[in-house]
Amino acid sequence: MDQSSILDFRSGTFFAPILVLYNDDLEKIEQRLQEKIASAPDFFSNSPVLFDLSELNENGKEIDVEALISLLRKLSLFPIGIRGGDPSQEKRALELSVPVDSSRSRNDAILPEIQKKDDTMPEIQPVIREAVRAPAMMITQPVRSGQRIYAASDLVILAQVSAGAEIMAEGNIHVYNTLRGRALAGVQGDTTARFFCLDLQAELVSIAGIYKTSEDLKGTPRKKPVQVYLRDQALIIEELS
Amino acid sequence: MARIIVVTSGKGGVGKTTTSAAIAMGLAKRGHKTAVIDFDVGLRNLDLIMGCERRVVYDFVNVINGEANLNQALIKDKNCNQLYILPASQTRDKDALSLEGVGRVLEELSKDFKYVVCDSPAGIEKGAYLAMYYADDAFVVTNPEVSSVRDSDRMLGILASKSRRAELNMDPIKEYLLLTRYDPDRVESGEMLGLADVQEILSLHLLGVVPESKSVLNASNSGIPVILDEKSDAGQAYADVVARYLGEKKPLRFIDSKKGFLRKLFGGK
Repeated sequence: MDQSSILDFRSGTFFAPILVLYNDDLEKIEQRLQEKIASAPDFFSNSPVLFDLSELNENGKEIDVEALISLLRKLSLFPIGIRGGDPSQEKRALELSVPVDSSRSRNDAILPEIQKKDDTMPEIQPVIREAVRAPAMMITQPVRSGQRIYAASDLVILAQVSAGAEIMAEGNIHVYNTLRGRALAGVQGDTTARFFCLDLQAELVSIAGIYKTSEDLKGTPRKKPVQVYLRDQALIIEELS
Repeated sequence: MARIIVVTSGKGGVGKTTTSAAIAMGLAKRGHKTAVIDFDVGLRNLDLIMGCERRVVYDFVNVINGEANLNQALIKDKNCNQLYILPASQTRDKDALSLEGVGRVLEELSKDFKYVVCDSPAGIEKGAYLAMYYADDAFVVTNPEVSSVRDSDRMLGILASKSRRAELNMDPIKEYLLLTRYDPDRVESGEMLGLADVQEILSLHLLGVVPESKSVLNASNSGIPVILDEKSDAGQAYADVVARYLGEKKPLRFIDSKKGFLRKLFGGK
């Protein structure tokens, strides 16, 4: 280890539920939040939360950001980001130590819709992001069922990815082994992202939100190197000769 | 310093307690002072399998809460004086265990014992987490069946990321695959996953294969760990497992289909 190293920034993943507001009545919001928290106290107690004001702003509804943040904190939630706010709301939030999450764009990946298929799971998005495109994340140990990997640029995996594991990258994904889990490339909307694999047995493959499940991948040759890319909004799976 | 072994799986009913009892007895019979601990608070079985259910006075939770000391709670096995059992509480639940309490007990045991075998409950919740947290070695018990393999894989992920060794960036827990309830005839007929299939899906070092055997039920009924039934196939397989764990080379037995063998004998292939 280099003796002069003091600190390092690494590509990381942080998951938090996103609170989307449709109504601007703080009393109603408080009541509904209390109900939600009571329904799953362990999940919500001291939970970090990102709040999304885009629906309110699109429908011309005003909300007092300061009151909202105090309300959240009163209910033992930790607001860690504001999304979809107008400049004055963002400014107010920053003054109250709540950063702005600008990762959501109009042409965003359909990633949230995949999550919608599972009603019980709250929507999750990475919150801490690299400012500069990082070098590829390299994984040499098997990725086991239930594990999740998120790479801010490319992802290279040299061991197997088990069924029930999820690997995600904003850039390309290379699996130089067998993939049995879910792989999502170009997760922030990069339609040029590609996926490379030595043995494709995936549960789901997605590029920029366009996906195929293992049912649709039945015809894929097994134990042969393949690449997957998008052409005209459709996933193409090709053997690498 | 004792070597702490966790016997875990994720999936229930695959043979963790049977294995814990057999391994602990096997190690103790070889002269190593061994303790086996039941981490399944509220659903204890280890005491039944070890045949000491009528001698339980104090249990693991009593020791953690300071209501009894370790010597009062440990039960010496009738068949081997190097083996001690620490039973779980039956009246409480897993919340009665704490990470720091478990750590204290293991540290105290480490002073006198060579091996401590932790019999994990099924699942990936607190009980299983506490059983594996301080481990040095993990025996991942798997049945040759898809849900068991999937659950073992999940458990391997947890062992690699949530154990004390993982958190402190030490050498990781040594993971061993133990394939139990193996039926070579069913593998041959394609009904059951084979040894090679399971190893391919899990990519894990195989410690041994224990065949499906009637002797396991007999052993639990009589409260004698199956490894002491030296005539039984399962007992012999567990003896091989202990030998391999201690560094001896033993070829895998009980993996060939009887039908296949007869065919070879008479079919001339």
